[in-house]
Amino acid sequence: MANRSSEAVLQNIDWVLVLLYLVLVTMGWFNIYAAVYNEEYKSIFDTSQSYGMQLVWIVTSLFIAFAILVIDGEFFPKFAYVLYGAFIFLLIVVIFAGVEVKGSKSWIGVGGFRIQPAEFAKFATNLAIAKYLSNINIKFEKLSTKLIAAALFAVPALIIILQNETGSALVYASFILVLYREGLSGNILVMGLVMVLLFIAALLVDEGVLSIILAVIAGCSFFFIRFKLNNALIVGGILLASVAFVYTVDYAFVNVLEPHQKKRINVLLGKEVDLKGAGYNVNQSMIAIGSGGLIGKGYLNGTQTKYNYVPEQSTDFIFCTVGEEWGFVGSTIVLGLFVLLLLRLIFLAERQRSTFSRIYGYGLASIIFFHLAINIGMTIGLAPVVGIPLPFFSYGGSSLWSFTILTFIFVRLDAYRFQILR
Amino acid sequence: MNLFSDRKYVISAIFITLVSIFLIRIFYIQVLDNSYKLAANDNALRHKIEYPERGVIYDRNGKILVYNEAAYDLMVIPKRVKKIDTLDLCKILEITKEEFITRLKKLKAQKFSSFRPEIFENEISLETYATLQEKMMKFPGFFVQARTLRKYPLKTAPHALGYVGEVDKKLMESNPYYRMGDNIGLSGVEKSYEIPLRGQRGVKIVMVDVYNREKGSFEDGRYDTASVLGRSLTSSIDADLQEYGEKLMQNKIGAVVAIEPATGEILAMLSSPTYDPNLLVGRLKKKNYPIMVMDTTKPLYNRATMAKYPPGSTFKLVNALIGQQEGVINESTLFSCSRGFHFGGLTVGCHPHASPVNLKFSITTSCNSYYCNTFKNILQKYPKTAIGFKVWRDHVMSFGLGKKFPVDLPQESSGNVPTIKYYDKYHGAGRWNAITVISLAIGQGEMGVTPLQMANFCTVIANRGWYYAPHVIKKVEGGKIDTTYTKKRYTTVGRAYFDPVVEGMRNVVIAGTGRIAQLDSLTVCGKTGTAQNPHGKDHSIFICFAPMDKPKIALAVYVENAGFGATWAAPIASLMMEKYLRREVKRPEMEKRIMDANLLPKKSDWIAKKTKG
Ligand SMILES: [Zn+2]
Repeated sequence: MANRSSEAVLQNIDWVLVLLYLVLVTMGWFNIYAAVYNEEYKSIFDTSQSYGMQLVWIVTSLFIAFAILVIDGEFFPKFAYVLYGAFIFLLIVVIFAGVEVKGSKSWIGVGGFRIQPAEFAKFATNLAIAKYLSNINIKFEKLSTKLIAAALFAVPALIIILQNETGSALVYASFILVLYREGLSGNILVMGLVMVLLFIAALLVDEGVLSIILAVIAGCSFFFIRFKLNNALIVGGILLASVAFVYTVDYAFVNVLEPHQKKRINVLLGKEVDLKGAGYNVNQSMIAIGSGGLIGKGYLNGTQTKYNYVPEQSTDFIFCTVGEEWGFVGSTIVLGLFVLLLLRLIFLAERQRSTFSRIYGYGLASIIFFHLAINIGMTIGLAPVVGIPLPFFSYGGSSLWSFTILTFIFVRLDAYRFQILR
Repeated sequence: MNLFSDRKYVISAIFITLVSIFLIRIFYIQVLDNSYKLAANDNALRHKIEYPERGVIYDRNGKILVYNEAAYDLMVIPKRVKKIDTLDLCKILEITKEEFITRLKKLKAQKFSSFRPEIFENEISLETYATLQEKMMKFPGFFVQARTLRKYPLKTAPHALGYVGEVDKKLMESNPYYRMGDNIGLSGVEKSYEIPLRGQRGVKIVMVDVYNREKGSFEDGRYDTASVLGRSLTSSIDADLQEYGEKLMQNKIGAVVAIEPATGEILAMLSSPTYDPNLLVGRLKKKNYPIMVMDTTKPLYNRATMAKYPPGSTFKLVNALIGQQEGVINESTLFSCSRGFHFGGLTVGCHPHASPVNLKFSITTSCNSYYCNTFKNILQKYPKTAIGFKVWRDHVMSFGLGKKFPVDLPQESSGNVPTIKYYDKYHGAGRWNAITVISLAIGQGEMGVTPLQMANFCTVIANRGWYYAPHVIKKVEGGKIDTTYTKKRYTTVGRAYFDPVVEGMRNVVIAGTGRIAQLDSLTVCGKTGTAQNPHGKDHSIFICFAPMDKPKIALAVYVENAGFGATWAAPIASLMMEKYLRREVKRPEMEKRIMDANLLPKKSDWIAKKTKG
């Protein structure tokens, strides 16, 4: 029985997705080699260097992937809450017993090596949300449903913020896209976008001036809609909320954010020029990518990355190596592969007969998308410098294992789709 | 089917839109904006300039006149300076702590350069260097970089050799080879032979990492250029003779030029007061140069090539030659002299001597009357004074007077042989004649001749009618000297007319005004002169060559404010000939008298007392 089931699994695997995974991981490995290339340790298999270690992570990831594929398909929905609970517990433990690395207490030591529970909490959260929303008795239209779903990802996010890993926490916002797919009003997305714009505006423009501008916009809106009491109340309400938001942002920026966070945001907005401090990473990263030109400097010829001008060039800034050594052509290929992966995930998610699998698929796509958006945006100066890895590419065991687990649970669910009736 | 399944399009659109924005941005910074490429090169590429050593200059016997000596700059990589004992370093460098902090701050403020080496203090002294080397480990971020400075072991011939200095902005604009901080020859041979001496700077492009560690050459050295060593020069100057001349001329103002007649090679060229050329090297130059420029005795001024003196009686030789060539006199022509030349109301006085005077005797006794008559006859041979004057002037110019030589020294004066235009302007056209300009007959008046021209004129007589353009460099390593120096130049006076003049000069030394220049068995020929000096005591002049046949050396000696030519200039010339031809001077009393003599104007306070290297 078990044999027949695993044979079926291998037959039903979506090999396109698996292939994309393998291609990205391999490209990542070669780019890590180029980024930390060391004349004295030329072998790419040398485990004293991070490229050798990355190979270890890749091989172990493949074992993990295989293990997931042979697990019974029913396992994941069944144990979703258990896993979620376990990881929430682990996240809390880390706050008290974690190892501090570069100012954030998000690592936990297990024997000789360290892992980052925040990375693994992503798949558990994804499973829990899928489990909750796929319950037949749940009505998504109800506010309580939305709030509980939001709480499922907000709780780990908040714990991670307490670990001082703001970047990792930010990724949990990606579940909003999943909720949108399941019926959340599109206005929430628009509101989110407006809030981001207002946030930027609030920091760039004096809040008094901004309030007047908002009032004028509100006044002008009556040229397009009919002036009725009802409409007037709505416009007034939105105006009031916006102004309140602007003042809140301003207050929060001054009183809540840490100095280094403020600096990063100011540098990003162009309010501060600091080529040696907060702006150094981004500036060097943009020099690396920008100097790549159309076809790049060639493999192992990137001076910016090879000679350590870009900090963290094998982890958070791995895309610099792509941009510098492979140029615009290479950057387009890598980003193109990610788009293919994301579209493939949407296609696969949509063909699922089980709501659980579909939601899980969208969760996976959204998490990868958010990582991509923030990571690449950061290297080209469009997003603040928050340390989150580029999926499949960046050096690091926790990150690679986490994305492997996330991805192959979906491969397993997808392969299992015919055995689910509803 | 799911109620919201159309939303997959919205979500796909969000994914595609954001990645498209990224790609546009990446395209912009990679393909459209070039500044990132420049910034990357600015980060990782270092243009290492390899300065070749400047060529060495030897004297004619292979003694080193100029070579290069190591100098040390204290360099700093500002970002590497951490936790150093500032006070200790300040003590070694002899600067205040405030000064130290200001300098470091200034270097740190430069954009992107905090990992680049910058000069913190240039040319630290050898003692400072030694102290620093011992303690270098205590000052991370600092290191010492070697370069070279010119060194003059014999401290001789500064005017001929010249000096080097940093290029200025104007020069960098006119010549793109030079860059900030480069050295260039600014005077003398250093300037005229700048290109062979400097060689060719090499550039090596190396890649460095963020810690400024070298990581190999850029694109396998495709853009590198190798440096070419500066070529050495062999000067025609005889260092022994030059040094000896400088000793004789100490505490005197004037100039000496000695030429080897057969080649036109300058054996000695000195201008007094002289100075130790080491005083104008590197850091010392900044301190000493302004003092020297201000000094009233003008030690930097090369009198040998730039000072114009009236030739005085030595010029009578020119008129003796021209007179014969023009046929107005011959060897047996006689003129009477009754204490001078009298014409109308004009008298050019002469000392008492036997009369009448023939050509040879006129030279021996330096008779003014003889030359006034000769000069008058040359000009009056022609129907118009102006025509006669032009003929005379052309003859004079053919002796190398009144114009610059193609000499390989950059600072040279052309001297002055007055023109018709000048007299026309001064007296009115047609309103002057031989008598008006009669002072030219005896080398006074408007005539201006440099010591170099005078020595060359003496060479012309020694050679009986020709010369090579005088020059101080006889050989350039791996090359030849310019053909201008190997072209024989003839005067307009026939060979035969020189013999009585040479005999006359020989008699000057045997029985005439220059007896003091007598040198045992050597057949010295000479002529004394006294240049009238409207500002004070007359200048003493002597020209001579020896031996009479196949001459080896021709000399011109000028001593300012020294009176009659025989008193100072003639013995100096004689001693120098002895030094050159015998290599040993056996007249210690005369030597001592000359060396001890101080003929400086009373007020002058000679520079050597103020500038000690
Ligand atoms: Zn006389």
